[in-house]
Amino acid sequence: MWAIFKREIKAYFLSSIGYIFLSVFYLFSGYFFYATSIMAGRADLKYVFSNLLVILIFLLPMLTMKLMSEDKKLKTDQLLLTSPVNLFSVVFGKFLAALTTLFFGVLIMFVFAGVLCFLATSFDWIIFLCNVLGLLLLGSALISIGIFISSLTENQVISVISSCAVILLLFFIDGISATINMNFISKALSSLSIIRPYNEFTYGLFSLPNIVLFFSFTIVFLFLTARVLEKKRWAS
Amino acid sequence: MIEVVGLTKKYGQRVAIDDISFNVNKGEIVGFLGSNGAGKSSTMNILTGYISATSGKVKIDGIDILEEPIKAKKKIGYLPETPPLYMDMKVSEYLDFVFELKKVKQDKKSHLDEICELVKITDVKDRVIKNLSKGYKQRVGLAQALIGSPELLILDEPTVGLDPKQIIEIRNLVKKLGESHTVILSSHILSEIQAVCDKVIIINKGKIVANEKTENLSNIISADSRILLDIIGNQDEIYQVISGLDEVESVEKLNNINNINNIDEIYSFSIKSKNGVDIRKIISKAVVDAGSIIIGLRLSGFSLEDIFLKLTDSKSDQDFDQDQDQDIFLSNQEKEKIKKTLVDIKDKVIDNLSRIDVDDIELEKFKIKKNNIEGDE
Repeated sequence: MWAIFKREIKAYFLSSIGYIFLSVFYLFSGYFFYATSIMAGRADLKYVFSNLLVILIFLLPMLTMKLMSEDKKLKTDQLLLTSPVNLFSVVFGKFLAALTTLFFGVLIMFVFAGVLCFLATSFDWIIFLCNVLGLLLLGSALISIGIFISSLTENQVISVISSCAVILLLFFIDGISATINMNFISKALSSLSIIRPYNEFTYGLFSLPNIVLFFSFTIVFLFLTARVLEKKRWAS
Repeated sequence: MIEVVGLTKKYGQRVAIDDISFNVNKGEIVGFLGSNGAGKSSTMNILTGYISATSGKVKIDGIDILEEPIKAKKKIGYLPETPPLYMDMKVSEYLDFVFELKKVKQDKKSHLDEICELVKITDVKDRVIKNLSKGYKQRVGLAQALIGSPELLILDEPTVGLDPKQIIEIRNLVKKLGESHTVILSSHILSEIQAVCDKVIIINKGKIVANEKTENLSNIISADSRILLDIIGNQDEIYQVISGLDEVESVEKLNNINNINNIDEIYSFSIKSKNGVDIRKIISKAVVDAGSIIIGLRLSGFSLEDIFLKLTDSKSDQDFDQDQDQDIFLSNQEKEKIKKTLVDIKDKVIDNLSRIDVDDIELEKFKIKKNNIEGDE
């Protein structure tokens, strides 16, 4: 697992993907920080976090698009699948690499927090840390969806577009569920929402069910990805 | 080392591997021979646990590849048809990665250095893989398979796409590896298998058509082998002398060949000995005693090509595409080689023509011959 983690982290920063991801992330978070905290005179980063969500919809698929599909294309999956390793650890190594890259991005928030701490009379670190946790949890759920989709195709363009589409769908799922009249369907749909729990984190609400929700999202999709790899062996 | 029982792989309706069984003993170099699409790669992918079989069992050193995949995979080093290389990494980084991926417990530096030395990639260790030549990429692929000192090496067409010099180097390397490993090697080039392997398993349309020691295979049809004799002298007399020998079963006069200087007539015979015994000594003595000169004397033994053709022809129930046949026997490089030889011969003929003082009629004769050669090309 660590071998794969290390290789993928290296791959991000040997190619331009890692740098593009971080620079876009820093650029937008910097802008949001300036617009919603400094200019608005707020001593919190609530709106920075909630606006970043929109950016992540497009940025995270960029991180995950090639994680599985490239192996298929370059046939390096033959190395991974014939090595004495467990399939889930292959997937998990790749997942961790993407999550770590996201974490590098999120680190900038600590700088912003430091600035606010310096400028404002009071800064609530608890809410801030809750926000960071929420962002990372949401990130891991979206990354696992991206990895799953990446494992279904050899083509990175298909991978990135479908990941964006699925994540957008999740983004709008609250709206969609509200338009459906049948109670149980709309309830089922809204329970899939990952935006509402994320927004709760940005308010500083630390709730266990939300954490469990993100965790289960992540584990289910990573598990499915491992099954996709396994299915290759059984496909006839 | 490997035990395969009743292996079948279906892709939808298509049967890629049809109920094959074989064993490979420790220390053997086994060649998997077959045309493209015969089921070689599928078999190898199943042996390594990359894909699973529709039915049948594979045991590596007594361990079932499906029941205990991790344990079984530890014993295998696999070089697939396309080497599984991460093009953006340096060779040394890549080997480090594979070392860690396979969780090898040996000393990293000395183990990797040893492998690099063995496959001769030490001088490209710091280069990015995508910039390497195909031969080097293949070697890096081979190095990857050797990491962790697996007992069993499975190499899928290791020489495909390499130039003749690289082919020979890789072959020698495989031979060397065969001293300390069990090796399974696939190829559609027969001479390669003949040069490297102890045992040949020939696959055609997903079925094993032969599973023999390399030398046995040639013996199977050696009873059919003939001796070709070229002499200068009296054709009829020599014919009588040879057919009079006890060891000779039959003699056949072949078309005469005029030698270039056209001084002497060369006569050729095709001789079949009783029980396929090599009786060249006896023939040589008899011909010389009869006062003729031997220009050429050779065995036209069957090569693996002939055996392969014979086996696949007689055992395949469906029509065998003639064009495909040709491709089995000649790789592109071999075709190039033959073409080059032909051109060389043509040049030599023309060269000789210009030197020899011949009259106009003879010159015409040679021109016709020359044109024939060009036409054949």
